[in-house]
Amino acid sequence: MIHVRNLKKTFGSFVAVDDVSFEVAAGEIFAFLGPNGAGKTTTIKMLTTLLRPTEGSIELDGLNPLTQQNEARKRFGIVFQDPSLDGDLTAWENMEIHGVLYHVPHKLRRHRSEELLKLFELWERRNEIVKKFSGGMKRRLEIARGFLHTPKILFLDEPTLGLDPQSRNQLWTHVKGVNERENVTVFLTTHYMDEADRVAHRIGVIDHGKLVAQGTPREIKDRTGTESLEEAFLALTGSTIRDETAGSADQLRQFAKMWDGGRR
Amino acid sequence: MSAIYILWLRELKRYTRSRAQIIASLGQPMLYLLVLGFGLGSVFQRAGNGSYFQFIAPGVISMSVLFSSIFSGLGLLWDRQFGFLKETLVAPVPRIQIMIGRTLGGCTVALIQGLLVTVISVIAGFRPANYYAIPVALGFMLLIALLFAAIGVAIGSSLQDMQGFQLIMNFLVMPIFFLSGAMFPLADQKVPLRIATAIDPLSYGVDGLRSALLGTSFYGQFTDFVVLAVLGSILMVVGAYRFSKIEV
Repeated sequence: MIHVRNLKKTFGSFVAVDDVSFEVAAGEIFAFLGPNGAGKTTTIKMLTTLLRPTEGSIELDGLNPLTQQNEARKRFGIVFQDPSLDGDLTAWENMEIHGVLYHVPHKLRRHRSEELLKLFELWERRNEIVKKFSGGMKRRLEIARGFLHTPKILFLDEPTLGLDPQSRNQLWTHVKGVNERENVTVFLTTHYMDEADRVAHRIGVIDHGKLVAQGTPREIKDRTGTESLEEAFLALTGSTIRDETAGSADQLRQFAKMWDGGRR
Repeated sequence: MSAIYILWLRELKRYTRSRAQIIASLGQPMLYLLVLGFGLGSVFQRAGNGSYFQFIAPGVISMSVLFSSIFSGLGLLWDRQFGFLKETLVAPVPRIQIMIGRTLGGCTVALIQGLLVTVISVIAGFRPANYYAIPVALGFMLLIALLFAAIGVAIGSSLQDMQGFQLIMNFLVMPIFFLSGAMFPLADQKVPLRIATAIDPLSYGVDGLRSALLGTSFYGQFTDFVVLAVLGSILMVVGAYRFSKIEV
């Protein structure tokens, strides 16, 4: 379903993704693990037509996301790591826009929006402006929105960041559900190793832009001779803490908070 | 089509919901209109140019359309920062439709803004020479809105963050406004200023609006129309191209 060959992305002299190759089969749940700044999000952005690779090739369901952008976009859905909601609209309106943009027929759209908002316990507050939501509620809304249409490939970029255990559980049950029922291929990143261990069929570990290990959770643990995925991960990537430089977006959010007291 | 509609609707909802912002954005035009309009009135009259208030009203209307349309285009920057842009960019909708939806929404908001200022002007004593010319005036407002929304999109697509915003404000938006002849007559100016005003696209918008509302024109209504329409179309293509190249 996803074929990536010798993928490379450089920003100036910085190599964010370095010669990465992997394949994800149809119906598979693939977890992409790595420390902060390892190149996970950059890879997802390239897979989802948001960034052009410097080198290498990508194939999504037989399509090239560089040249057949629109066709490729019809194949996938994505839950972003950072916020992507319109804070000035209500939860319901955010769902509506998404449904229209993804060509979900009117009736189905309403039906599924209701179902998903109930599932993620946002139904009562569907008519409230999103910027008044708490961090966890926004996150839940993003996820509910991501499930509104049924794509062939679902990208989840650290979906559980900032979620409570209940919502996290709800999310993974749902992910497994669509994966089994509708054979949706899932490509996810997470920092919680237990989640990856529990959900993923196969795992890729990326560090400093390079893919350092690939295989089933069992294989990776065996290879490093460790008991848990967490230990395996530390064995593969070392235990130094990485700092991500704040992107311009983060800086601006900071600025915007100062500027208009969190108007949005 | 439905994508265009929903994004148009989004712009409109955002506008009508921020009442405080609507009022705030009427403050500046009102200052120009009421303070300058009445303050410089007697000087203008003595110079034999008639009523300054009548003269400046179309200029202030153009100004409000200019500001709100160019900012609607630059609204891209906000959407980039707050993430919503990504949501639209990965959607299986041609980017041209996304851009058209946003732009039409921004233009509609700019038109509403222009109409509000028109109403305020009329309340304050502005009298159009000919009420039948209101549709023509609206047409010119729309042309101004489309042109500057396109400039806004083109610039907004090329900037990464808000750092450049102040720069654009001071070195693009304000000069466009001041050089447009919104505040002063274009006739009998020295050559440098005449060239500068002739380069400024808003000059043709203000002139067109003045020709519709007051029946007086410097470039001629037809010239105004052609310049705005042609330049607007070119800029729209540039804006669409820049928008299609956005990477997040």
